[in-house]
Amino acid sequence: MNTSPIQSAGLTLLLLAAPAFASPPEKGPKGEPVAQEGLQVPKPPFTEGVFPCTACHDGKQVKVNTQRRELAMHSEIELKHGPESRWCLDCHDANSRDNLHLASGEKVDFTVSYKLCGQCHGDKFRDWRLGIHGKRTGSWNGPKQYLLCVHCHNPHAPHFAPLKPMAPPTRPENIKLTKGVAR
Amino acid sequence: MTDQLPMPLQTGCEPSSSCDSRREFLGTAVAAVAMALTGCGKLSKEEFLQHNFRELSKDEVQTIIARLESEYKAKYGKTVKVGTEPAMPGVIFGYALDLSRCIGCRRCVHACVKENNQSRNPEIQWIRVLEMDKEEGVNLQHADQYYDPAEVPREGHFYMPVQCQQCKKPPCVKVCPVGATWREKDGIVVVDYNWCIGCRYCMAACPYGARHFNWGEPGLTPAEVNPDTHYLGNRPRPKGVVEKCTFCVQRTRKGLYPACVEICPTGSRKFGNLLDAKSEIRQVLEHKRVFKLKEDLNTQPNFFYFYGV
Ligand code: HEC
Ligand code: HEC
Ligand code: HEC
Ligand code: HEC
Repeated sequence: MNTSPIQSAGLTLLLLAAPAFASPPEKGPKGEPVAQEGLQVPKPPFTEGVFPCTACHDGKQVKVNTQRRELAMHSEIELKHGPESRWCLDCHDANSRDNLHLASGEKVDFTVSYKLCGQCHGDKFRDWRLGIHGKRTGSWNGPKQYLLCVHCHNPHAPHFAPLKPMAPPTRPENIKLTKGVAR
Repeated sequence: MTDQLPMPLQTGCEPSSSCDSRREFLGTAVAAVAMALTGCGKLSKEEFLQHNFRELSKDEVQTIIARLESEYKAKYGKTVKVGTEPAMPGVIFGYALDLSRCIGCRRCVHACVKENNQSRNPEIQWIRVLEMDKEEGVNLQHADQYYDPAEVPREGHFYMPVQCQQCKKPPCVKVCPVGATWREKDGIVVVDYNWCIGCRYCMAACPYGARHFNWGEPGLTPAEVNPDTHYLGNRPRPKGVVEKCTFCVQRTRKGLYPACVEICPTGSRKFGNLLDAKSEIRQVLEHKRVFKLKEDLNTQPNFFYFYGV
C-alpha cells in the first residue's frame, strides 16, 4: 500500500523510529528466556483422524514415492502456494511423515511449522514473533499462546480465506420505521 | 475496591467544572425537565441523591453496587456482578489496528455487543466498520458502513473499524456539563451512567461518532445479559444515557484482552500496556509506521492505525 492516499486524506503520518529489525527477541512476555521450541502454541489444526500420518505412511502400507503425480489419496489438497514446481515433499518429510523438514534437511514437528514458513517468509515470521502479525491469545499482561501460521493460512493454499460478513448496522431511517423512535 | 477512592484525576484533561456542579446545574426545575426527558422518573431517592462515582467512599460504593445488583437481579432474574476494579498502577492502555489485515468481517462488532450488554433492539454498536476504496485511501467521505456482500474482503476495498479512540485530550469529557464522563488513570474514558443527564453534548463533541445514546429502554433480554460487568463499563444501562467503548474495562482490568481483540480472526487488533516495552502495542509502535485518525484535531488518541504489510 503506498502512502499517498493517507496524505491526500489530510491525515498526518506519525513517523516513528525507522524499523531496524533486530533478530527476534530471545525473551518471553515476562522477560524470561525462551528457546524457540518453547513457544506456547495451540494444537496444530489437523483434520480429525489424519494424524499420526505414520498410521498409513509407515513405509509398508504406503510406500515412499517421491515422484510428482496425481494422488489417489488426499484429493482435497490442491497446491496453490508459490511456484508450480512445488511438491508435497518440499515440506513433508518423505521418510518420517509425522514431521516436516526445513531446506537444510532438519526435521521439525508440526508444532513448530512456523519455522518452515519462516524460511521463505522471514519478514512475516519476525512480525509474528513480536506479536504484530498473526495473533497471540491469553492475557495482555500474562502468559500467551501464539496461533500457528496454519491456524489462519491453509499451508497448501495460503491465501487468507474470505469470510461471510456478519450483519451490517440498521440504517437510521429503518430504526425510525420499525420502532417509531423520535430522532 | 481498594481505599484509593475517591479516584484521583488524571492530568489536565478533565472538565474544569467540579463534580458538584451537577447539583447546581440540576436546579430543581431543570431536574424535573431532565427526568421527564430522559425517563429517569423511576429514579429511586437513593439513586437521585447518589454522588458522582469518583467522590464516593468505599462504603458508599458498596451500598450502590449492592443496590444495582439487586435491581439487576429483579429485572433479569439472574445474578449480575458489578465490579469496581480500579486502574492498575503503571498501566496505560493502547490499541493498534492493522489496516492491511482487516477484512471487514464484523466479528468484532457483534462480539462487542454481546460482551458489553448493548441494547439489541434497536441494536447499538460501538464499533463501526467502514469500507473504503483502495484507490481513495483513508477518506471518510468515501466510506460505507452498510456494505453487505456475500464475502469479504471485496476486491479493491479495505476496511477501517472505528470505535472510541480513548483520547488523551477527549473533547467529549471537556463538554460534559456535569462531570459524568472522565478519563481514568489507565487512559480509559468512562461514563457514570447514574450521573449522566443525557444531554448528548459529548456525542456532538466526539469527532469519531463513538458515543451512543439509549433513546428508549435498552432492549436486552435476560438470556442476552452478560453477568460479568463493571460499574464504569458494561453493566446494563438505563434509558436516556450515553455509552461508549471502554476497551472492555471489565475484562482488561483483569488481564484479559478486549472482546474485539479476542474474536478477530485476522489478528488485526493489537492491545496492551503502553508503558510495557514488551507489549504488542509497543512492538507495533516501534516497528511500524502508525497514524491517528483525525490527528489534526489534537485529540491525541491512544488508538493507532497501521499497515503491517
Ligand atoms: C508449503 C509446505 C507444504 C507443502 C508444499 C505441502 N504441505 Fe501438507 N502440510 C503442510 C503443513 C505445515 C501442514 C500442517 C497443518 C497443520 O498443522 O494442521 C500440512 C498438512 C498436511 C496434511 C494434513 C491435512 C489435514 O487435513 O489436517 C496432509 C494430508 C498433507 N499436508 C498432505 C500434503 C500433500 C499431499 C501435499 C502435496 C500435494 C502437501 N501436503 C504439500 C505443509 C505443506
Ligand atoms: C489413511 C491413510 C493415510 C493417512 C492417515 C495419511 N496418508 Fe498421506 N497418503 C496416503 C496414501 C495411500 C498416499 C499415496 C497416494 C498415491 O500414491 O496416489 C498418500 C500420499 C501422501 C503424500 C504424497 C507424497 C507421497 O508420499 O506419496 C503426502 C505428502 C502425504 N500423503 C502426507 C500425509 C501427511 C502429512 C499425513 C498426516 C498429516 C498423511 N499423509 C496421512 C495415505 C494416508
Ligand atoms: C519454499 C518457500 C516457502 C515456504 C516454506 C512457505 N512459503 Fe508461503 N509462499 C511462498 C511463495 C513463493 C509465495 C508466493 C509469493 C507471491 O505470490 O508473492 C508464498 C505465498 C504465501 C502467502 C500469500 C498467499 C496469498 O495469495 O495471499 C501466504 C499467506 C503464505 N505463503 C503462507 C505460508 C505459510 C503459512 C507457510 C508455512 C506453512 C509458508 N507460506 C511456507 C513460498 C513459501
Ligand atoms: C491470526 C491469523 C494469522 C496468523 C496466525 C498468521 N497470519 Fe499471515 N495473514 C493473516 C491475514 C488476515 C493476512 C492478510 C490477508 C489478506 O490480505 O486478505 C495475512 C497475510 C499474510 C501473507 C501475505 C503477505 C501480506 O503481507 O499480505 C503472508 C506471506 C503471511 N500472512 C504469512 C504468515 C506467516 C509466515 C505466519 C506465521 C509465522 C502467519 N502469516 C500467521 C492472518 C494471519
